[in-house]
Amino acid sequence: MLDWENLLQDDIFEIAGRKFKSRLIIGSGKFKSFQQNKEVLEASGAEIITVAVRRVNITDPSRENLLDYIDPKKYLILPNTAGCYTAEEAVNTAMLAREATGINWIKLEVIGDKKTLLPDMEETLKAAKILVKEGFVVLPYVFDDPVYAKKFEDIGCAAVMPLASPIGSGLGLQNPYNLIFIKEAVSVPVIVDAGIGSATDIPPVMELGVDGILTNTALAEAKDPIKMAVAMKYATIAGRLAYLAGRMPKRTYAVPSSPMKGVPFKE
Amino acid sequence: MEGEVTIRELLNILGIELREVGLAVAVNGEVIPKSEYENYKLKEGDKVEIVHLVGGG
Repeated sequence: MLDWENLLQDDIFEIAGRKFKSRLIIGSGKFKSFQQNKEVLEASGAEIITVAVRRVNITDPSRENLLDYIDPKKYLILPNTAGCYTAEEAVNTAMLAREATGINWIKLEVIGDKKTLLPDMEETLKAAKILVKEGFVVLPYVFDDPVYAKKFEDIGCAAVMPLASPIGSGLGLQNPYNLIFIKEAVSVPVIVDAGIGSATDIPPVMELGVDGILTNTALAEAKDPIKMAVAMKYATIAGRLAYLAGRMPKRTYAVPSSPMKGVPFKE
Repeated sequence: MEGEVTIRELLNILGIELREVGLAVAVNGEVIPKSEYENYKLKEGDKVEIVHLVGGG
């Protein structure tokens, strides 16, 4: 009998030699509480969670800490360089992140515009080159540009993370063709970062054949983040399986599914 | 602050818990490994960055 429950058992998601079962990565920003964030993480089945590096507020060095809720031995804590606008800032933030997390993985973000939060690709590439040389596993947040994606792969990035639409916009998939082109252009994992608005936005992205999805705001701003996390877990699986299954061709006109011959009462 | 203090002492004075995972300190732009907190003496005018991991996407 076909073991349909375990169809994805051998479908391993691998980044820089580290293997993951879940292709869903979640963020930890904007949740109501650390407790809610922890529950969302468990419900989503994600094994990677992103974090930001920020100054400790010395007037109130709060006792509560995200890491009291999320076990770094169980999950990969992936720090980002969010808020950086130059390669220099991003490199310095990455150095702090490495000391803070104890690992050399970095989700590299160098933003070029406050309104759209679109990446500055030139600065991102500059930072990526330095960080790769410093021995980091670099996962850059990039525009959905296949030409640039290849450059990031060529300089030694462990993955590329193109957007589906701007960060926090919830606009979902805007340019499927560019993501297909990126997937064709590079052999490192393609993780779609930014733009997911709901679980239902995930399958059309995963069905393109990309390797993973990263989402934060769609979870934190959902009316019920736990339910959304469960929906996203299955949406990611559905999209992946649909990709592996292979869709039928699209046609302009209808094609009947029932036989044309032997229709009753017909001459 | 009176006299020289180490990074470890500074963290104590500020009431910041020394976490193996989750905390980092840079002095004048240079990240200092945790193993040096006990002995690293801060000087007058040093710029100290103390960061931790917070929620982010």
